[in-house]
Amino acid sequence: MSWRDFRIWGLAPAWVIMALTLVLPIGIVVLVSLSIRGAYGGFDWGLSFDSYAKILFEEDWDGNLAFTPQYLAIIGRTLWLAGLTTLICAVLALPAAYVIAQAPARWKAVLVYLVTLPFWVSMIVRVYAWIIILGNDGVIEKTLRGLGLVTDMDSLLFTNGAMLTGLVYSYIPLMILPVFASIEKLDPALIEASHDLYGSRWVTARRVILPLTLPGLMAGAVLVFVPCLGAVLEPILLGGGKTMMMGNLIQTQFGGGRNWPFGAAIAVTLMVLVMVFLMLNALRARREVGHA
Amino acid sequence: MRDVRRYPGARIFTALFFVWLYLPILVVIAYSFNENRLASVWTGFSWRWYESALQNRALLDAVKISLTVASIATAIATTVALMAALVLVRGRDVKLRRLSETVVNLPLLLPEIVLAVAVLILFSQIGLQNGLLKLVIAHSAFCIPFAFLPIRARLQGMEADFEEAAQDLYASPWVTFRRVTLPLIAPGVFAGAMLAFVISMDDFITSNLLNSGGSTTLPVYIFGLIKQGTTPELNAISTLIVLGSLILATTALVLTFRNPDRA
Repeated sequence: MSWRDFRIWGLAPAWVIMALTLVLPIGIVVLVSLSIRGAYGGFDWGLSFDSYAKILFEEDWDGNLAFTPQYLAIIGRTLWLAGLTTLICAVLALPAAYVIAQAPARWKAVLVYLVTLPFWVSMIVRVYAWIIILGNDGVIEKTLRGLGLVTDMDSLLFTNGAMLTGLVYSYIPLMILPVFASIEKLDPALIEASHDLYGSRWVTARRVILPLTLPGLMAGAVLVFVPCLGAVLEPILLGGGKTMMMGNLIQTQFGGGRNWPFGAAIAVTLMVLVMVFLMLNALRARREVGHA
Repeated sequence: MRDVRRYPGARIFTALFFVWLYLPILVVIAYSFNENRLASVWTGFSWRWYESALQNRALLDAVKISLTVASIATAIATTVALMAALVLVRGRDVKLRRLSETVVNLPLLLPEIVLAVAVLILFSQIGLQNGLLKLVIAHSAFCIPFAFLPIRARLQGMEADFEEAAQDLYASPWVTFRRVTLPLIAPGVFAGAMLAFVISMDDFITSNLLNSGGSTTLPVYIFGLIKQGTTPELNAISTLIVLGSLILATTALVLTFRNPDRA
């Protein structure tokens, strides 16, 4: 192969861009997470695990390390909310995708278009909409007060529930589309066969439809879970400062040069969590292919 | 006989699901016509917030920055993605094919905040000051896989017969590409470019972290407004963005599917 070979220079730009803007910088992030916090923000090169220790321990005025759960709680909340979001998306997506797949051909195209359309609408506008709905004096509060059901209520904003709503709303199309694709491939004769063998609707749903749409659900789970782990907008706008996720914890460490090595350590932790998840998922997929 | 494939309640559930999907957007649109200065107190219909939005200098500047960054990033990302897709789908005996595919799709495998932090540190280390340039570099990189996937899908769905015929007729590789391949995969290239453009326009995480004076993009500007509280003008701006997104999405859809494969 010569340098004039298109097989080389056709791929070269992609390799160069990814190496310079991704691979190299991520290497630097790892180095920064091991460096020492600078006196005036920023960092000084070095080799120290202080930033990782800070995730678990707090140094008191005596220099003793004491276990602190505050950052573990944030990591736990991130995993929990991302998992719950994925689960809720799956539960909502299955029946909706099923109905769309059963619709007559002309309707089907329209309904798929309607599912994807909100995804084109700016993310920040879609999250902002929930502030209007959940916020103080928002749509929900006004409706409930108008009906005389409540007189005074706590804000629905800045809660785990608000973040969960925003996350499900943001990422549901990424679950519906792969689930829809696998339901479309499902042979209707199998459902009829199950019925002929006296399987009730629910038995059919559980024993025939669910197992056959599992690949779609799993693909959707990856598409929803990974961005949820790194969510920034939803926790900032709907969760506020008290209920943080890893995404906005990282963001605050870099905003205003607060603590770059610590922010880098959290970013590396997040990256490792995502990689472990993707690897487990790849292993599971391989095992399933092996069984088939 | 009742259709055994139908599930009782599933249709009503789906109808409610679509209501839930669109209600928040409709609420923003409805509130944008509120005449009152307080977004939450309805006093009457008015266009005044649209007038004030369209005269808002900071907003127009942010739109200009967003459009500039998105246009340049889309051009770069689509070109790089097109070249990579041609090699990876059409090339024979390409070395490191699997690895190269992973490299092209790398931005999809990592949370965006990690990538944003990475470029932020990189730019601070090499001392890059130009805010616009920083945004263009970062956006070009993370838009590549979004441009790549539709182009690759189009190329994979198309036989190489026409290209081979052109080669047999002594067309040079460049002429084959210009006159045969490109027209055939144009819908895929267009869809990829459109997706890259939307992803860039919509980006918040990276643009916010790299934000410096003079490079505030539209989503970052809106974020600043939201932080100050909900106002009818913010609702009007959001409605205009929704309108823009709908036009873009519909154009993309129509143009992508207008040319059914004649091949």
